Amino acid sequence: MIPLLQVEGLSKFYGHHLGCADVNFTLWPGEVMGIVGESGSGKSTLLNCLAGHMAPDTGRVMFDTRDLGPRDTLAMSEPERRWLARTDWAFVHQNPRDGLRMNVSAGGNVGDRLMAVGARHYGDIRAQASDWLGRVEIDAGRIDERPRAFSGGMQQRLQIARNLVTGPRLVFMDEPTGGLDVSVQARLLDLLRGLVQRLGLSAVIVTHDLAVVRLLADRLMVMKDGHVVEEGLTDQVLDDPQHAYTQLLVSSVLQV
Amino acid sequence: MTEYNFAYLDEATKRMLRRAILKAVAIPGYQVPFSSREMPMPYGWGTGGVQVTAACLVPEDTLKVIDQGADDTTNAVSIRKFFARVAHVATTEATAEASVIQTRHRIPERPLTDGQILVFQVPIPEPLRFLEPRETETRTMHALEDYGLMQVRLYEDIARHGEIARAYAYPVRVEGRYIMDPSPIPKFDNPKLDNSPALQLFGAGRESRIYALPPHTRVESLDFEDYPFTASKAAGQRCAICGAEDSYLDEVITDDAGGRMFVCSDTDYCATRVAAQAEDAA
Repeated sequence: MIPLLQVEGLSKFYGHHLGCADVNFTLWPGEVMGIVGESGSGKSTLLNCLAGHMAPDTGRVMFDTRDLGPRDTLAMSEPERRWLARTDWAFVHQNPRDGLRMNVSAGGNVGDRLMAVGARHYGDIRAQASDWLGRVEIDAGRIDERPRAFSGGMQQRLQIARNLVTGPRLVFMDEPTGGLDVSVQARLLDLLRGLVQRLGLSAVIVTHDLAVVRLLADRLMVMKDGHVVEEGLTDQVLDDPQHAYTQLLVSSVLQV
Repeated sequence: MTEYNFAYLDEATKRMLRRAILKAVAIPGYQVPFSSREMPMPYGWGTGGVQVTAACLVPEDTLKVIDQGADDTTNAVSIRKFFARVAHVATTEATAEASVIQTRHRIPERPLTDGQILVFQVPIPEPLRFLEPRETETRTMHALEDYGLMQVRLYEDIARHGEIARAYAYPVRVEGRYIMDPSPIPKFDNPKLDNSPALQLFGAGRESRIYALPPHTRVESLDFEDYPFTASKAAGQRCAICGAEDSYLDEVITDDAGGRMFVCSDTDYCATRVAAQAEDAA
C-alpha cells in the first residue's frame, strides 16, 4: 500500500526563531492523525507547511496524487497546488470566518469549490449544496442566508460542508472545535467522526484539546518547542505517556 | 509655440501607448499596465480612452465620439472638439464614415466594419475587483485562470433574483482564456463584441490599464448551462422617434405625471432611420 502523505525532514524557521524542526511521519489512507501541543509549539506552522500555505525551509511532503502517484507537493507548480487544494485537499480553519466567504450565501459557499473546478450547471450545484447542508445538519431552507446569520457552530459545520463537497481525500483541520461551547463541540465532533468514517477520509487534526484527538484520531503526535517529542497510537500515548511533557499534558486535563 | 503636437501627446508618450496597445492586442483580454498621463480633463471623463485615441489617430482619420450612444452629450462634444483642435482630424456623427470611434458605455447599433477602431472608456478594468480586494491576488487569479469566484457571483445573482441580474459591465471570457470587463456597456451590447471585424481597444486612465480585442476574437458572456446569457433591453418597447424595435432604448421621463417615452440611445442610428423613412414617404 502507498502512504497518502509522507513527510520527511520538514523544518521551518522564522529567521532565527524555530517554527518546527525535522518532522517525519507517514499518513496512510483512511487514517486520522492528531497533532497536540501547547500554544507556540509549532503545530499550526507544521499544518500550514503541509497544506502548502507556507513554504518550509527543508524537507519533502509526498502526496499520493490520483493520476500521477506520489509527488512532492513542495516542488509542484502553483496551479497544480491550487488545483490539489480545491479537489483532493480540504482545509478547515479554526475561525470559520477565515474559511468562508462571509458575503456569499451558504449555497454559494458550498458551491464555490464545485464552480472552481468547472461546474457550470446551476441546478446541479444547488442540489449538491442542499444535499451537503443536510449532511452537516443545516436546514436546507437556509441555503440563501449568509453565514453571518448563522451561529458559530453552524458556521463551522458550513465550513466543513464547503470543504467536503468535492470529495477530498485528505482534510487538514486547525482546531476545528476551538471557540465553540462544549455542547456544540460535542455535536460537531459527532458529525466529524461520522463523516470521516463514512467517507473514509484521511485527516490531520491540529488541536490542544485531548478529548478531540481521543475521539477522532487513530494516531497522535505530541509537539513541544517545534520538535515532535512523542508519537504513537492515540490510546497508547494518552494512557501511557512516556515523555515528561506528554505526562504533564495528560495530567493537566480538567476532570469534572 | 502656439500649436500642440499632433493629437496633444508628445511622440514619446504616444510610442509608449502604442507599445502597450500592441502588447494588449497580442494577448487579447489581458490588462497591460501603462504610464497614464494627466489629460486636460478630469478623471472619469474618459482620460484612458482619450490617450488610446490619441495614440491611434493619424491625420487622415475621421473621428466619432459617443457618450451613452449619443453624439450630442457634453462628454462626446468636448472630446470631439478637443481632437478637432489638437489633431485637426475630420469629425463625424455617422458610424459608417468614422475610422476611429471613441465610446462611453455603448457599441454603435450599426455593425462595425473592417478597419474601424472602437475605443472604450473604462472606469474599472478589473472584473474581479469587488470579489477579491487584493490586486496581487486578482493578478494571480488571472495568471492561473482561477475564475471560480466570478461564477460564484453569478450563482448569488440567480439565488437571490432568480436570474443573472447584472445588466451592464457583464463579464466576458476572451478566446477561452482571460475574463474581461467589457466596460459598462449594457449586456445588450455583449454579443457585438464577439467576432467583431473592428479592432476594439479599452483604455482605463485612472487605473493605468489598456486591454484589447483584435478583430474576429471569440468573446463569450459568462453564464450557467441552465441559465444561459440573454442580451436583454427594455422589453416590448419601441423607439418613440424612429420606431426601431431592435435597438437599445433609453427611458426618458417627460413630465412629473408619470409620462415617459423610450428612444434609441444611439442617436446616429435613430437619425439615419428617420431620414430613410422621410425619403420613403417623399
